[in-house]
Parts: sequence; structure tokens; C-alpha cells
Amino acid sequence: MFGKLRRPSQDVAKIALEESDRLSSTERRQFLRNGLFTAGSVMVGGTFAGLSAKVGAAATQYPPEVPLWTRSLGAGVVTNPYGMPSPYEKGVIRRNVPWLTAEKTSSVSFSPLQHLKGIITPNGLFFERHHAGRPEVDPQQHRLMIHGLVERPIILSMDDLQRFPSVSQIHFIECPANGGMEWRGAQLNSLQFLHGMVSCAEWTGVRLSTLMQEVGIKPEGKWVLAEGADGAAMTRSIPLEKVMDDVIVAYAQNGEALRPEQGYPVRLVVPGWEGNTNVKWLRRLEVGDKPWMQREETSKYTDLLADGTARGFTWVMDAKSVITSPCPEMPLRGGKGIYQIEGLAWTGQGKVKAVDVSTDGGRSWQQAPLREPVMSKSLTRFALEWNWDGNPALIQSRVIDETGYVQPTLTQLKAVRGTNSIYHKNAIQTWQINADGSVDNVQLG
Amino acid sequence: MFNLAKLSRVLVGVCSGFVFSAMPLLATAGSPGHYGYGETATKAQIAGWDIDVRPDGKGLPEGSGSVDDGLKVFETYCSSCHGAFGEGMGRYPKLAGGDGSLADDRPEKTVGSYWPYASTLWDYIHRAMPFFAPQSLTDDQVYALTAYVLNLNYIVDGDFVANRDTLPKVEMPNRDGFTWQDPRPDTHNVRCMHDCKDEVTVSDSAAGKNLTPSTTGPLDEGLTE
Repeated sequence: MFGKLRRPSQDVAKIALEESDRLSSTERRQFLRNGLFTAGSVMVGGTFAGLSAKVGAAATQYPPEVPLWTRSLGAGVVTNPYGMPSPYEKGVIRRNVPWLTAEKTSSVSFSPLQHLKGIITPNGLFFERHHAGRPEVDPQQHRLMIHGLVERPIILSMDDLQRFPSVSQIHFIECPANGGMEWRGAQLNSLQFLHGMVSCAEWTGVRLSTLMQEVGIKPEGKWVLAEGADGAAMTRSIPLEKVMDDVIVAYAQNGEALRPEQGYPVRLVVPGWEGNTNVKWLRRLEVGDKPWMQREETSKYTDLLADGTARGFTWVMDAKSVITSPCPEMPLRGGKGIYQIEGLAWTGQGKVKAVDVSTDGGRSWQQAPLREPVMSKSLTRFALEWNWDGNPALIQSRVIDETGYVQPTLTQLKAVRGTNSIYHKNAIQTWQINADGSVDNVQLG
Repeated sequence: MFNLAKLSRVLVGVCSGFVFSAMPLLATAGSPGHYGYGETATKAQIAGWDIDVRPDGKGLPEGSGSVDDGLKVFETYCSSCHGAFGEGMGRYPKLAGGDGSLADDRPEKTVGSYWPYASTLWDYIHRAMPFFAPQSLTDDQVYALTAYVLNLNYIVDGDFVANRDTLPKVEMPNRDGFTWQDPRPDTHNVRCMHDCKDEVTVSDSAAGKNLTPSTTGPLDEGLTE
């Protein structure tokens, strides 16, 4: 009797789950909420009629009901040989702004910062930026060439590369255009679309300085050109001081091989610098005596000022912070009372020293405790308890980095850069809390 | 008389002398060839991948192309996205025009109005265009397209022929429009904690603008605007 009961319940649950896969996410949620047993029993006809009558009666799984997942056998190991998030997390995905770019092959997607915890971005949720789509590179045939002003130009296979001593470092990568749509005013009402072009991972690979020592840089070598193997053959010139400092030729991300979207099988990680310099699908490093003035460092990724001149080689990502909860996607759902204001802070200059939070539009500020670990050129999480009185409020965060630099207001940034520079908008973000607990993206005059 | 012991001492001396002199090249971590992994890149291998071109012309190959040749290539491969005169279609980039607009409220950054170096045009067309078939054009076609786009911007005359000698001499209108030294920090916010300002006014809100794609459920498809 015991065995007879268990077996069918497992099959019914499995069939029900499979069936629910064919439904839209909303229908699926409804379906799963209504209970696997009830629905499953309908599908298999009268076979388990008695069973469904017995366990399908309860409409909910709350106490004092004993939930159906407690009264049945779950899926076995390797049901998903490569694990997947719960189907209930289906909405936690990278998203794009369809009207922003001509093609998805030269576009961006944004990380769902509102749903992320801690400081590490899961590999499937790391933001994307492709210039000619995501290539499918065969690691067996992929080669990294290092040449130019070197003693011994070499070609490395992925096996060769992984024989070198490796390092693992946690670093954020941020597209310098993150938030670049908001110079002229508030447009997007969403944390994900406003700030989601930053992500953070543990990168494993070889120090570029190790590879440079291996090939031997000639005395006149001062710059390195990094080039991708994608259809854009994306290139950036990087000065030798940075190359020899902390750049990583990375083949792993959060413990596994890089994702194709992140440059599989090998990419550059240039800690604290513009995302664009972190060249993906890396195929070539050339040492030279001058920068190459490539399209991505002249026509793009240069900052046009109000007087019509432009700044180039603005590589470092300045200190920035944003409150991730509450935010437009995470309103205050429980009415007035105690909430944790949480957020992320980071700086390409090193470590975050402090974060302040204001709940009155910047009239007054209170220091928010930082959560460990606080690491150089990594996302850092902060949290501050707040007793919301139920009235409308304007909340902000402001980071101070270890150089003493204080995150600017948008007014301060616009005063020196105008509204056409697109890149490097690291201004303080203001969220307006409405009386009903909803949250809007606003700018202060 | 032949002395074996003496000879062996001499040999040891010679060998150890050789080893000592070779050690700095072979054994020290951080010196070239220490690991010896991979293969030495041959000239032919490097030539196949070394496609970058610098403003001084380094990297430009042999070959040439005229403005007229460029018009034909442009109509075949480029005009469907960039428009017949480089005016841009939809959200595809505009290549010409915008002269003197960089300080305007709505600047137009094109090859003619913004790009500081003509070499970048050759380099970029060659490595990344046409968008759907990168690195498929011949060097002559790339020279011709470069000449055509420069002519669309009135930077060269209609009889211009681009090659490795003429292209580095082309002076782009916005060549001196850039600074290449990062002047940041360029803002100096102060860490005020109390009574930091008298009044707070909201100047703009994203609420009700309907520009935000869905943040729950499936992805939005197509244009929402």
C-alpha cells in the first residue's frame, strides 16, 4: 500500500510538471498553485481518482494544510544534469529595450539587479553587450596570438593558456553607457533598465603581465591592442601600465567556463575600466608603441562635452551607487513600518569607503553599514534600516571611494559635461516613494 | 700522460659554465620563454590576423580605390542600412553630415563631423563591415568605400584615390576636437550630512512616460515606440 501510493504520486507530479511546461508563465504559475495532484489526476483519467479526491481537496498549501510537496516524492538527481532555477523564478531574466538599437546583434541586455542578492551576478544573468552578435567559438580551434614589439611572438591554445599560473579575482564590469539614456531627463521607470549594465563575478585566468613576461616586451612597447574573434573583431588600445598592473586573461567565471555571452572561451578582464575594454572572445594581443585609435576609442566611448570638444581615453569607471530595494520593481508592499534600504556601490578606483543614504532628497544623510566582503573594484552591498512613516519620500544613496571622491549629483555632472556625453553617468539616483508604496525614477532640479 | 680525472674536471667546468651562462635565459620566472608553452607565431600566421591600422598608416596594405569605385560597392553592400548618401536608415548610423553640430543641443556625430582619423574608417570597414558579412571585402573595395565615405563628407574631392600613401595624409575636420588626457575627477561633491540644502524640487519623473519595457513576465518583442 505504501509503495503503491508513492509511485503514482511521483508520476502524476512529473506529468503535471511536464504539462505545465507547455503553458505560459502566468498559466503555469496558476496551474502549479492549484496543485499538481488535482491537475495531474485529470490528465490521467480515473486511474488515480481516489488519490486525487483525497489530496486534491485543499486549495492552498498553507498551514494547517500539509503541502503536497511534503506528501510526495520529488524529482531525482540529474533530472536537470545542468541545474536550472526554480520555474517560479522564470521572470528573473536579462531584459532589453527593443526601441534602443536597430538590431539585437548590436545591442545590450540588462541584469535584473532588483532580484539579486549579495554581490555576485549569476552567470545566466550577467548583462550582455555585443557588437556583432554572440559568436559560437570552438575552444579546440580557438587561438590567442600575442605579437608585435615582443621577443617571441606566440600562439596559445586554450590548453596552453590554462597551464600558466592562474588567479581568481572578484571584479565588477560596467558598460560606461549604463544610465546613459537619462542625461536629459528621467525616462525609464525601472532599476533594471537604468542601472542593469553592471554585473560582478569571480574571474579566473592568467595575469596578462605573466603572458607579457613570457613573450618579452621590447623597450619601445608601450601599448597593447586587444582584439576579439567576433564579427566586430572588437578592439581597444590599453596602456602598458594597466596591462602590467591587474589585467586578467580570463577563461572562467564564477567557477565554470565563461558563458558564450561573456566571451567564451577567453576574454580580457580590465578591473575598474570601461566594460568595452574587457574584450570578449579574445583572439589577439599586439604590443605597439602608440595607441591604434580604433573605432571604439574615437567614434564611440568618447565623451562629447557641451562646447563640442570630446574626451577620449576616459577608461576608469568612477564611483557609483544605487538603492536596489526599494526601487520601481520593488515597491514598499507592507504599508508604513520598518524596511531595509539595500543597495550596491562600486568604484573603478579601488575600494568603497562609505555609503550614505538620504530619505529626504539629500537634505540630510546617514551612513549605511557596508556588508562584507568589501573588495577592490568589486560590487559592495550596503543596507540601512528605515522606519517609513507612510508619507511620500525621496530616497538616495551616495558612495565615497577610498580616494575620497564623493559620488556627484546629476546637476553637478551636467554642469561640467552638458547632456550629450552619453558615457560615465555616475550620478546619485533618486527614487520617489509614493504614499501607496509605489516607487518612481525621478530627477531633482 | 692522459689523466681521466683531470679531463673530467675540465668537462665539468665547461658544462657548468655553459649551464650558468644559459640560466638567466631559461630558468628565471618572469623572463621570456620561461614556460615555453604554445608555438612561435610565424610571419604568415601573424599576417593573416594582424589587421589593425593606425593613424600614421602603419598596417595599411597595398591596393587602392576611387570615389567612383566606392559608390558601386556602397550601393551593393552598405546603402540598405546607411542610406544612399550615408544619411542612415532607421536606427542605423548616419555616416555623413552634421558639420559644426557638435556643440548643438542635438549634435550629429558622423565620420565627417566627429571621427578624428581617416585610418579608423579603413580599419573599421575592413574588420567589421558589411555588418552581415564582416571581413568579406577585398582591400581595394575597402579603399574605395573609404574614399566614397570621405567624399560624402566633402573631405576629399571626387577624383580622390585612397591608398596607403594618400589615406594617412587626409586631415579630418575634427582631428583636434579631442583631449586624450582624462581630467577626472571633474566634480567635487562634498560629504555634507545635515542641512545640506534648503529645498528639494523634483524636476522630472519617468512615471507615465510609457517608455519602460515590461519588467515582469516574458520579454517585450519588437518596437514599443
